[in-house]
Amino acid sequence: MIVTEFARNQWYVAAYGHEVGRRQLGRTILNEPILLWRTEDGRAVAMADRCVHRRFPLSESPSHLVGDRVVCGYHGFTYGPDGVCVAVPAQQRIPRTARLRTYPVVEQDSFVWVWIGDREPGDTLPPRAPWLVSPDYATVCGMEPLNARYGLLVDNLLDLSHETYLHGGYIGTPEVAETPITTEVDEDAGIVYVSRHMDDAACPPFYAESTGIKGRITRWQDIEYHPPCLYLLHSRIAPVGSPPPAADGTDSHAFHVEVVYAITPSTENSTYDFWAVARDFALDDEKVSDFLRDSNRTVVLQDVAALNTLEEVIAREPDRYQELSVNIDTGGLAARRLLARMAGDVPASQTAVR
Amino acid sequence: MSARDSGARDGRTVYRIRWLPGTDRLHASCFCGAEREFEDPVILWDWLLGHPEGHLPRPPAEHDSPAPAAALV
Repeated sequence: MIVTEFARNQWYVAAYGHEVGRRQLGRTILNEPILLWRTEDGRAVAMADRCVHRRFPLSESPSHLVGDRVVCGYHGFTYGPDGVCVAVPAQQRIPRTARLRTYPVVEQDSFVWVWIGDREPGDTLPPRAPWLVSPDYATVCGMEPLNARYGLLVDNLLDLSHETYLHGGYIGTPEVAETPITTEVDEDAGIVYVSRHMDDAACPPFYAESTGIKGRITRWQDIEYHPPCLYLLHSRIAPVGSPPPAADGTDSHAFHVEVVYAITPSTENSTYDFWAVARDFALDDEKVSDFLRDSNRTVVLQDVAALNTLEEVIAREPDRYQELSVNIDTGGLAARRLLARMAGDVPASQTAVR
Repeated sequence: MSARDSGARDGRTVYRIRWLPGTDRLHASCFCGAEREFEDPVILWDWLLGHPEGHLPRPPAEHDSPAPAAALV
């Protein structure tokens, strides 16, 4: 079944770093309303987005920042970056319980990660997507709200055969759906790998126009999913007949695109779909950036439309509706199991795959 | 430009599933060495996650086998 439970005690992408500044940003993550802002010295802060007094959202105008303090726009309750209330209107005594919950934050690889859980993260750090801030790559990115449960997006991204049908004319060609996959699950690391290597494939417009390749291509899709939030697609594109990567890993005859998604559940039926495309070619070509940004956003919106429809269908159906899984779903089934384990804290061996 | 080093590392608890080219069959390998083919990924995962039940280790490769001290006749 599609996973609907949330995996707590995990890192989630709450925003891009460039979205968090000296104006408050409100995001709901795992049903928790969270206020994001940046202190005057540039530190990103995450705290409960509800005033302790009458629960007015601190992200909503006329709430505002004054220096390193957030002032509630309803009655003026004022909070520091540690969540402690420092001012209450018309009285000296500040109630001991006047404190907002704060969330651990890590700013990494252009993302603001927030730890959602009942315990501290300790030494646990978010997984990496270093291409997004590498000078050797040029990156375009965005975020689309999805009115569907996050499990539907996980299913979607773990099975790229849907590119042929849903994204034809952009990234889909017949070879994607026709080419068998290999799937690996690293139980120790909690990572799902799905690979599809196409030896001789049509070059879809997404890659033809950005790379300038005219003919057929060797196209590798290597997925690396770090549940619950981070999804990496290592995409290698080269003209058919180009040499493979050298033993030392250099691969000067190919174009590389790192497609990154952060899948952040908002509520049971809504999700933040963060997407980024990093390339190691045409780094300074704004036309290529514009093209890849527009194309990928179009592709993401095609997914959003399909998954929103699917959410409506599933929401109307009985709890125990029947679905059918086939070979292309091998990786998605593995991801479901890991997510169910994370959500329920049950051993892997006791987590059924359905 | 460099190629990504993808896939799970050796020496870990890793399940591997390979779609056999030209067929509809999936070849599953458990971290214990057991292998089996399936046509249904749900049944495949049930078997993999059922480890060690029904997971007979792969017979050792010839070059790994010590030479027999004597042959039965």
